[in-house]
Amino acid sequence: MAEMAAKGESPEILFWVGCAGSFDDRYKSVTKAFVKILNKVGVSFAVLGQEETCTGDPARRAGNEFLFQMQAMSNIQVFEGYNVKKIVTACPHCFNTLKNEYPALGGNYEVIHHSTFLQQLIDEGKVKPADGQAFKGQKITYHDSCYLGRANNVYEAPRKVLEALDIELVEMKRCKTNGLCCGAGGAQMFKDAEPGNKEINVERTEDALETGAGIIASACPFCLTMLSDGIKAKEKEEEIKVYDLAELIAQAEDL
Amino acid sequence: MHIIQQLIFILVLASATYLLFKRIQFIRKGIKLGKPLSRSDNPSARWRSMALVAFGQKKMFKKPLPALLHLFVYVGFLVINIEVLEFIIDGIAGTHRIFAPFLGGTYTILLSFFEFLAVAVFVACAVFLIRRNIVKVARFHKPEMTAWPTLDANLILVFEILLTSAILLMNASDQVLQAKGAEHYTPTGQLFFSSFLIPLFQNSEVSTLIILERFFWWFHIIGILGFAVYVTYSKHLHIFMAFPNTYFANLKPMGQIDNMYNVTNEVKLMLGLPSETDVSESPAEVGRFGAKDVNDLTWKSLMDSFTCTECGRCTAECPANQTGKKLSPRGIMMATRDRVEEVAKSEKGLEDGKSLLGDYISKEEINACTSCNACVEACPVLIDPLSIILELRRYVSMEESGSPAAWNAMFQNIETNFAPWKFAPTDRFNWADDLKEV
Repeated sequence: MAEMAAKGESPEILFWVGCAGSFDDRYKSVTKAFVKILNKVGVSFAVLGQEETCTGDPARRAGNEFLFQMQAMSNIQVFEGYNVKKIVTACPHCFNTLKNEYPALGGNYEVIHHSTFLQQLIDEGKVKPADGQAFKGQKITYHDSCYLGRANNVYEAPRKVLEALDIELVEMKRCKTNGLCCGAGGAQMFKDAEPGNKEINVERTEDALETGAGIIASACPFCLTMLSDGIKAKEKEEEIKVYDLAELIAQAEDL
Repeated sequence: MHIIQQLIFILVLASATYLLFKRIQFIRKGIKLGKPLSRSDNPSARWRSMALVAFGQKKMFKKPLPALLHLFVYVGFLVINIEVLEFIIDGIAGTHRIFAPFLGGTYTILLSFFEFLAVAVFVACAVFLIRRNIVKVARFHKPEMTAWPTLDANLILVFEILLTSAILLMNASDQVLQAKGAEHYTPTGQLFFSSFLIPLFQNSEVSTLIILERFFWWFHIIGILGFAVYVTYSKHLHIFMAFPNTYFANLKPMGQIDNMYNVTNEVKLMLGLPSETDVSESPAEVGRFGAKDVNDLTWKSLMDSFTCTECGRCTAECPANQTGKKLSPRGIMMATRDRVEEVAKSEKGLEDGKSLLGDYISKEEINACTSCNACVEACPVLIDPLSIILELRRYVSMEESGSPAAWNAMFQNIETNFAPWKFAPTDRFNWADDLKEV
């Protein structure tokens, strides 16, 4: 972003990578896949690089409103510095916070989740994933992220993206508004679960296994981690893979 | 004789009205303990929410069988209570079935329809009792469903079965009295459902029948009035509260957490940003951050607690509860209501040495929440347990610094590394290294 600004350019969108997208070894490949798609379709975009910081979402949800607002206000100052208008992110938690919670602190942007953005690219014909036939006919199930689904009513975009792969979309018994959480939301990602008799991600992984799908599609870095761990706990890593939507599209496009 | 009956009736009606009035005042007082919150924007969306969710029971139909049975009870309650108008006029004026002569055949049809609903309510309540006590549907048997909530639920169902039985038995004995030409018993025509019960009374004397008919009449009207008062002490209050509660429900996206403006001012000062409110004008007392007790919650959260009918759909959908954690969203609502009632009742009020957090809700419960909104989505009357959990977490974090150690570490990471994990901020762009070569 700084480089583009120095050249006097202003990109069409800011790709907000998020902390998981920047640091999580597994999830970095989602970031790269999405960037490859953006490069292929020739969208003018930028990332903040080292100037990006946590949105504050986990702090707010764990109750630390001070820290949340500190993060939010410094991020808003950075956005203002670059005159950011439109933000795309692959993380539903960042998406929810930037879209719904930054306006109260003076940060108003058009914020789009990458599932919606990918759907738009497919609708516009800029991405034609079915041509590669990489996943044709395969059984894929989609896990709804709470912060995308219930929190923001984005249920259809990720499903349309998957359908564009010419696959067989199989739903879990609990899906859309009734979808079961992966267990990571509300800052649970950053601590051990409270005492109980089962891990939530295992419970959810069982829903996914019941569908008989070979691939679990996710649209959230935390869900991706939780479900991958669930599959590991069930020792099904060989049979079942967990991928983000962007990875599936990038693979289908042979990127 | 008639005059005495009339006087007793007026006395009963007046006492019930008085008790009801007192109790409504108490509940108002309880809700008013809460902090202010504006929920009067966008009235058209609010009316629509009330019409669809409360009046139209839209969210009930996620579970079709209970929804259908509940619909019978609900319509029965609304419609059969039209007949209460006649009861009250008769009771005060000393008349008997005052509408019958005016409505003629229509009266017969109307009453037969009411009887159909009475039978439907009877059947529905019987099935509900079976579901609770014999089939033992899981969500009715959780730790927070202690002795009183369990009894309360069963009492209401038995109550409704008795009330509907009284209507049918009253109508049956009345029809026999009409056939026997008893004085005052205005012809009603043959009433569809109660006429099947006529053989029960066929062989009785007129004097016995009058006693029976009067007994059922009194039983029904005292039952209805008693029910109205009882409801205000019971989880059953949702029959009234569902309407305001759906009207004042949150219209924003479920994922959005409300901003704390008292924090905003302080953060702006810390960051050296211009504050919109003049510091000298801001209130001397900032108040507590988050919620320790019920007066720190908004009035809407307290209204939510009085609206909760303990159906447990929230708890059944809660991922934490399903995996054996202590958290139950229904338990959160019940604890909140219990605490509001305790504070509103006691002379000490909030100064009784107890608080919602600690004495009623534990940290273990609030720490188990994934903020997934499944409970909010599941509630048929738009109750929001999540906002209570969040306010309690805010108190623990900001007033007590008592969050779980792992969260405190996460806070520290964000403060020093600008990410919730312990990674160097200079490594943030490393993911692009192997793309840059391209």
